[in-house]
Amino acid sequence: MAHKKHDAHGSQDFISKYVFSVDHKVIGLQYLITSLLFLLFGFILLMILRWQLAYPGQPIPLIGRLLSDNLAPGGVLSPTFYNALGAMHGTIMIFLGVVPLGVGAFGNYILPLQIGAPDMAFPRLNMMSYWVYLPGGMLMLLSFFLPGGAAQSGWTSYPPLSVINPGQTVWLLAMLLIITSSLLGSINFLVTALNMRAPGMSLWRMPVFVWAQLVTAVLLLLAFPPLQAAAILQFMDRVAGTSFYLPANLVVFGETVRAAGGGLPLLWQHLFWFLAHPEVYVLILPAMGIVAEIIAANTRKPIFGYKEIVGAMIFLGGMSFVVWAHHMFVSGMSPKLSNFFLITTMIISVPSVALLTCLIFSLRGGSIRFTTPMLFALAFLPLFGIGGLTGLPLGLSTTDIYLHDTYYVIGHFHYVVVTGSIIALMGGVYHWFPKWFGRRMDDFWGKVHFWGSVICMNGVFFPMFIQGLSGVQRRLYDPTAQLHNLPTQPLNIVSSVFAWLLFVAQIPFIWNFFYSMFKGKKTEENPWKATTLEWACPSPPPHGNFEKTPHVYRGPYEYSVPGHKNDWTPQHVEA
Amino acid sequence: MSATAHASDPLDTVTGIPNGKLGLWLFLASEVMLFSTLFTTYLVLRMASVEWPRGWEVLNVPLAMLNTFVLITSSVTMVLAFAKAATRDKKAFNKYLGLTIALGFVFLIVKGFEYGAKFSHHIAPSTSIFYAVYFTMTGLHGLHVIGGIVLNALLLYWSSKDWDHPLFVGRIEYAGLYWHFVDVVWIFLFPALYLL
Repeated sequence: MAHKKHDAHGSQDFISKYVFSVDHKVIGLQYLITSLLFLLFGFILLMILRWQLAYPGQPIPLIGRLLSDNLAPGGVLSPTFYNALGAMHGTIMIFLGVVPLGVGAFGNYILPLQIGAPDMAFPRLNMMSYWVYLPGGMLMLLSFFLPGGAAQSGWTSYPPLSVINPGQTVWLLAMLLIITSSLLGSINFLVTALNMRAPGMSLWRMPVFVWAQLVTAVLLLLAFPPLQAAAILQFMDRVAGTSFYLPANLVVFGETVRAAGGGLPLLWQHLFWFLAHPEVYVLILPAMGIVAEIIAANTRKPIFGYKEIVGAMIFLGGMSFVVWAHHMFVSGMSPKLSNFFLITTMIISVPSVALLTCLIFSLRGGSIRFTTPMLFALAFLPLFGIGGLTGLPLGLSTTDIYLHDTYYVIGHFHYVVVTGSIIALMGGVYHWFPKWFGRRMDDFWGKVHFWGSVICMNGVFFPMFIQGLSGVQRRLYDPTAQLHNLPTQPLNIVSSVFAWLLFVAQIPFIWNFFYSMFKGKKTEENPWKATTLEWACPSPPPHGNFEKTPHVYRGPYEYSVPGHKNDWTPQHVEA
Repeated sequence: MSATAHASDPLDTVTGIPNGKLGLWLFLASEVMLFSTLFTTYLVLRMASVEWPRGWEVLNVPLAMLNTFVLITSSVTMVLAFAKAATRDKKAFNKYLGLTIALGFVFLIVKGFEYGAKFSHHIAPSTSIFYAVYFTMTGLHGLHVIGGIVLNALLLYWSSKDWDHPLFVGRIEYAGLYWHFVDVVWIFLFPALYLL
């Protein structure tokens, strides 16, 4: 059955070329468009939610009328819908947006090209990854139309409430599909990177981006199954009446929950964070890989400490499995255990700092080209730095007890994920757009998008540090209900206004993306004069990528090598 | 299940390990994580419980013992099927792979009797935390057995036309690896649930 028809070589009709494609490039673009749409959707949920935070109890203009009466009576967001928006914003952004964008889109498209492979190791498994991810995502969105509404227990789905609240069953089913998709993808990435490298492409000649994807795939492979198991148990709790996460005699809203009991709510937290901490590195490692590629190409010099960067990534990946309980310092954990997780957390900050330092040192002495992708990569450095450094007080159990579940935490992880991951991924879109479509994105609108995004992102997230330090808790429906929150309430308005402006700043990007796809300036195969292999094949690359398998003669970043005619020597060039 | 649409020789890889084999080992690594999580959950819940029923007092040990022998035997027939595929003995291969599939069914039927007896006594996953663990873990293992049966049945079907395919023997090997993994999980499940 497998070899009967020669995959995708034969029929090239619309369906097999663009819908059920086995070509890693088409699948990469499918992931790209889908995940960008999910990001936009998750962002829209947030904008509705930010109205309630800025102007609690006031009807939402325009959108309020469109929402049904049980979601927003009289245009005012209901508490349950507020909770659903928060839970779905987090889930969609992380599991349907950033990870599929960083791994599914960029990894799928760029990794095989950068190692000189004709395709992924298992093309049809690759197609299946996408076609499991998309239904999972759609199912997640459909949960909004359930009788009880979508999941309301935050993206972390802590029991016992997540077992009792409506909407969660579909959330769990969707998560099982998304996890399966990630697992299939990670196996494919690992086999491809290990087995399909072009002759001469030794491990130490792989670009940083490939290494980042490799470590990410290991994390997905080993960290997602525990969440899958945990999700199965929660699913059993909801559907089969088991009580893995329900203690005996649990009272909710004045009524005793009917359950066999004997379960442990804390068990979920352990299993969840055993995945969700490595997940943080799944979000950030591909971004760091992209930044390294962009910086190397735009400083015209080798990146500083290539082996150190790779070593730090591997160390980071390994350590990420032993820090999970730093999310649980206030869960009543024994101080001895807290100390263990405190120490491992401080240790894991070392490779993160090493990575960032190497990237910053890479700028030194370079003749920097301030192209649009380079602006994004440069912005990543200080902003991710803020995100990382503000994480330290959360990793120390003493300070975390004060800061836990405040807006400080929200500010911290949004600095990591938005001004870290998403900024870098945006830079990646501008960097590889010429490769994807053979055309360039407009530079002027790219810069408008860049400055608009960077300024607004800081406007949204920086006030959160101040709010958090003054004790404002996260997930509050009405922030003005508590007296101690009132002094910082104006900051909520600042945050919200910047969130809406951030949306406006994305319009030039959306327009630029689709306009340039069809009408952009045509470009040659290597517009940035970069050295890695993906620039050695035509733009866009044909099916099968390389006309003949490239031979690799040198490391990935040989820029400005003394004695060479050009300031760049591609990996596949012999002399 | 073929390697790539392009590679001229699917066995010609950088590491020398065929793509399918490497992929399968990675898949099994993720499966190990999945089942270890469940075993850890079992341990944690048991340690946190005031009382925990003795497996042999509430579960049917003889039936489970029988099932253990069935699964171990099926692993042997799987190895023989692989050996016969490697020596190109098609008739014996069909016999042993068929036997493996049949033993898989026997396991499921015995399991069905065990479940049925419990349900007829009104014992369900919701009865207690012990039965929640029992049904969830054996149920997930049962799903893996079904997956193995489907995989082996497909290979038996393909053997009629794919017998001379260069990847065919490899596929039998990978299916065997998976089948042995399912077997090994049971080897841990049996004492953990029934004997401890």
